[in-house]
Amino acid sequence: MKLNRLIITAGALSLAAGMGSAESHMSNEMVLVSWGGAYQASQLHAYAEPYMALHPEVSIIWDESSPEAVAKLRAMNEAGNITWDLVDVEAADSIRLCDEGLAMEIDFDAVLAPGDDGSTPTEDFGDSIVSECFIPQIVFSTTVGYRTDMVGDTPPTSICALFDLETYPGKRALNRNPLANMEWALLCDGVAKADVYTVLATEEGQARALAKLDTIKDSVIWWSASAEPPQLLADGEIVMGSSYNGRLFSAIAEQGQPIGMLWDAEMLDFDGWVVPTGLSEERLARVMDFLYFATDTQRLADQSAYISYGPARASSAPLVGNHATLGIPMAPHMPTDPANATNVFVTQYAFWSDYRDDLDAKFQTWLAQ
Amino acid sequence: MTKADIDAAFVEFERVQKSYDGVTLVVKDLNLSLPKGEFLTMLGPSGSGKTTCLMMLAGFETATHGEIRLAGRPINNIPPHKRGIGMVFQNYALFPHMSVAENLAFPLEVRKLDKAEREAKVMRALDMVQMGKFGGRRPAQLSGGQQQRVALARALVFEPELVLMDEPLGALDKQLREHMQFEIKRIADRLGITVVYVTHDQTEALTMSDRVAVFDDGRIQQLATPDELYERPLNSFVAQFIGENNTLTGVVTEIKGETCNVKLDSGDIIDAKPVNVTKVGDRTKVSIRPERVEFNKARLRPDAHTLKAEVLEFIYMGDIFRTRLRVAGHDDFVVKTRNASDQVRLQPGTTIDIGWMPEDCRALDA
Amino acid sequence: MTDATQETSGPIVAADGRPLRQSLNRALRRQKIRALLLIAPLLAFIMVSFVIPIGDMLFRSVENQIVPETLPRTTALLGDWDPDLGEPPPEAVFAAFYTDLVLAEERKLHTRLGSRLNYENSGVASLFRATGRDVGRFDTDIYTDQLVAAVPDLEDGAKWAGWMAEPPVRDALPQTADAYDGWAQMVAEVHNADPVTRQPADFVFAALYRDLAAGAAPPPPLDVDVGGFETVSIRDQFAASDPKWLDTGVWRTMRAYAGPLTNGYFLNAVDMMKSADGPRVRPENERIYLTLFLRTMKMSLVITGLCILLGYPVAWILANLPLRSANLLMILVLLPFWTSLLVRTSAWKILLQQQGVINDLLVGIGLVGDGSRLELINNSTGTIIAMTHILLPFMILPLYSVMKTIPPSYLRAAKSLGANDWTAFWRVYFPQSAPGVGAGSILVFILAIGYYITPELVGGTKGVFISNRIAFHISSSLNWGLAAALGTILLVMVLVLYWAYDKLVGIDNVKLGG
Repeated sequence: MKLNRLIITAGALSLAAGMGSAESHMSNEMVLVSWGGAYQASQLHAYAEPYMALHPEVSIIWDESSPEAVAKLRAMNEAGNITWDLVDVEAADSIRLCDEGLAMEIDFDAVLAPGDDGSTPTEDFGDSIVSECFIPQIVFSTTVGYRTDMVGDTPPTSICALFDLETYPGKRALNRNPLANMEWALLCDGVAKADVYTVLATEEGQARALAKLDTIKDSVIWWSASAEPPQLLADGEIVMGSSYNGRLFSAIAEQGQPIGMLWDAEMLDFDGWVVPTGLSEERLARVMDFLYFATDTQRLADQSAYISYGPARASSAPLVGNHATLGIPMAPHMPTDPANATNVFVTQYAFWSDYRDDLDAKFQTWLAQ
Repeated sequence: MTKADIDAAFVEFERVQKSYDGVTLVVKDLNLSLPKGEFLTMLGPSGSGKTTCLMMLAGFETATHGEIRLAGRPINNIPPHKRGIGMVFQNYALFPHMSVAENLAFPLEVRKLDKAEREAKVMRALDMVQMGKFGGRRPAQLSGGQQQRVALARALVFEPELVLMDEPLGALDKQLREHMQFEIKRIADRLGITVVYVTHDQTEALTMSDRVAVFDDGRIQQLATPDELYERPLNSFVAQFIGENNTLTGVVTEIKGETCNVKLDSGDIIDAKPVNVTKVGDRTKVSIRPERVEFNKARLRPDAHTLKAEVLEFIYMGDIFRTRLRVAGHDDFVVKTRNASDQVRLQPGTTIDIGWMPEDCRALDA
Repeated sequence: MTDATQETSGPIVAADGRPLRQSLNRALRRQKIRALLLIAPLLAFIMVSFVIPIGDMLFRSVENQIVPETLPRTTALLGDWDPDLGEPPPEAVFAAFYTDLVLAEERKLHTRLGSRLNYENSGVASLFRATGRDVGRFDTDIYTDQLVAAVPDLEDGAKWAGWMAEPPVRDALPQTADAYDGWAQMVAEVHNADPVTRQPADFVFAALYRDLAAGAAPPPPLDVDVGGFETVSIRDQFAASDPKWLDTGVWRTMRAYAGPLTNGYFLNAVDMMKSADGPRVRPENERIYLTLFLRTMKMSLVITGLCILLGYPVAWILANLPLRSANLLMILVLLPFWTSLLVRTSAWKILLQQQGVINDLLVGIGLVGDGSRLELINNSTGTIIAMTHILLPFMILPLYSVMKTIPPSYLRAAKSLGANDWTAFWRVYFPQSAPGVGAGSILVFILAIGYYITPELVGGTKGVFISNRIAFHISSSLNWGLAAALGTILLVMVLVLYWAYDKLVGIDNVKLGG
């Protein structure tokens, strides 16, 4: 009992704003689902560790299942046993989960912290709130990294280097799902940037993208965990591979690997949390408490000290500082930095939320052939 | 054994030694030669080296030192399958996945005989062991005795001049064993083959063999015909190993040509025949066969020494009586008497005098 | 001898006059019941944890409840539509589909149904999602407005409930009653609200209009004359959301999969599809499963063969070494068992990759040029190497335990009979070790065709098995019906092979030991 009162006191002290729920009604265990590797580490350092320092009674279990989050949540829903408390997904997946009733709709202004500039959460997050269920964290981009020592004197400058086996012979690593691959294939097959999704919505367009991918199929190693491509690059197994800019930044800046990064037609996208539906009250209370903390202005800015992803809150942008250990300024490495964003390709998450199932089926069949 | 026989030695071991571990010798300096057509048994307790000798002859073990010759040809470096030696194994080693006829045809097949010839020989061999009707059976469908016959037929079907048998009757019950001993002997005699037979059963050795090599401690202790071995063992090991035997220990006190006197540890003096004692004062083990002990004083020489013996036990065994006595402090002294109509039956508790002819009591090494 | 034992007097009877067989059964019954009770816990465990789940999974390969349950009104009407005319279904079907889809959208079932139909006709998922978003905003509200204008009481949920409880109304307005029931149930279940307190949704009014337009004569005040109403075509509403609704394709699919049971998953599993003229082969770019089944079989055979080649000599050495050294070697054989499968497979990655240990070694000793490093991973070579390694103990162990029981005297006997080493081995030793080879092969082969982690990690795209597709459908696409169908086919194939093995070799010739 004494312990309980202590916890309540500590909890009350820790809460900046009036999240009135008593801590004794919160579950002390939380399963967070993320993407593993450098990104998950940044979440650990920026959100989870400070949170656990304030709430020593809470233990957090990480699950690196975000790549299959939609499928797994569907399966959990089918089985009637939701084991996850908070799931990190891409924007398109959040829309899918929201449509399917698998993610909870969020009243942003009621449950999230206001920006430290006084803006409401809705204003602060702005466009990054892509669905009623999506609590944004970062802006990231999918791009291509290459071995600087394997491309000769002509390092690639265009995304289409992926499809140029003559100039850049060797293996490539691509994501084992249609995301980004289909868009790049069409772009490099001569489709104008603005028309890509219109074309991709048609049967012919999909066939066209796959046909373009066919030209390099034999030279591709397909990855499914996002930690793989930096490793493959570091091992010299591939000459180039698609990856997320933050992961490539870690490999280049933190590990000093001979890797270069393309800033061409990089796929800009949001990543954020969704809360699965069907959580018990205690678990939901804990998740909401954590979310309030983990998505405030400071925490989102803190995360950028560990990985080069842009915070989703406008109010966090001025707080982006230096790398936590290297001390280098992080802003120039953000996908949102004007120097990097000269030829950005903005992912249409609405398209992907609608077409993901179709294209997955086609893409996986194509892969297996 | 004549000189000509030895010259015509068919199988010869010359100074053969065998060690498995490089530390101890399992076979120590083995010299043995046997003529064609002989039935020789290697007899000895387990670990005496007899099986190792057989395996060296078969080619499954190589001699560490020395030479083994077959028909005058050194065979140390000839692989087993080229030696042309038939072999019967302890557990028969009949190939379970082949029928009886296939088992027998196997050695003929590898010798590339044509089918008709094979079938004829297989039939003949099976008939020889009275198994003609069982050609289609699998070994597992046969009784132990039948398997034994098939194994024998298989070892003979390719007409080897030398057949080795490694305790072939060990797994059979007593009655069958005795029957098969006779059977094997009969076939061996009829075919005129040379047989080297390994057993630890002395009865088997005595009934079947032309000569018996008694093995102990890696050496041949005595190589002799069965009667020689029984009647005139050359050392106490052989005496004790072959047949039943009473042993008394003492010191030689007097040697007079073919007889000597031995003073037992109990102080009694007995008559004996000096075998491997040479001088007065040698310690000796004397050995007397139970059936040669005499307690009818009238049948002993007048000057014979006698011993007091207390009757401990009398066992009626049908053809013989077996009486256990306490003699010179030993209470395991056995006397066997024929169940004749005039034979006395000794009553336990009574004391009698016993004695023997000096030539029946052999003073051996201590 | 009693009469009972004489054959001529019929069945043998026991002392009490009952037939002997019956007496025996009675005597053995207690024993049997006791034996059954002893195994009862295991039996229950297997039933609950194995037989029932597997049965359920297998049933999913033909189960198709989701379509008729989510679209009951549409599927009932679609049967009368002839797809071969090349025309989309009539307005009535669209109207029924409208009702079904609104209800499904409210219940968040439309995406799941879309995913289900997407397995059969790629593109349906996005169609259902997009239209699901629009269907609540169809222009059918004009009926609501006009009907409410005519009968203001129609705004009142309680009035509706009252009418819909009256049999004459229900009989006169069948579509309306049906739509209202669906709506009321949905409101109660999804919104936890009492339908009495709410005005029914637009689709209920649309249904009412359709009933009235069709000439229904309900009791007043519902007998509105709708002759002068402004109308809206529901078909056009769908077409406006997505023109694909005017294609026959999606309707054909819904029609073909309208029943609660389907053979579609099985057809799909053998690269075929349903069509109006019965099953036909899928277009070439959608065919994968037969190739995968064939590849799975072929590669499993190769792996089994390699396991025999590599495992036989090892088992031989194990069986013939002195016990002490044999135990040591046995530990080496078993060592992989004690390491996680994932770790072992990942180790192969490091060994086999192009900049990996094996390639470095080959380049180092000059066997392979630096520019032409071998591709040992992310293809079938990688799968074969890694799986042979992982499955090798399953070959060695049964081989070893069988060889252990073959006395060395057989080989000696064969040699003494004149056979050279090879003949002795091949004619005498090998046939006796064959049961071990058989057991090991069955074990390895069956394990191999079901493996998926290793092919997934080292197989790239050319070295994956059918089980990878099953895993994909179980955990990623969630097409459990297809996964179940593929699994069933795999199971049947294994059983057929087992049967063939039994016919050819005889299952008695399989030994796992003595």
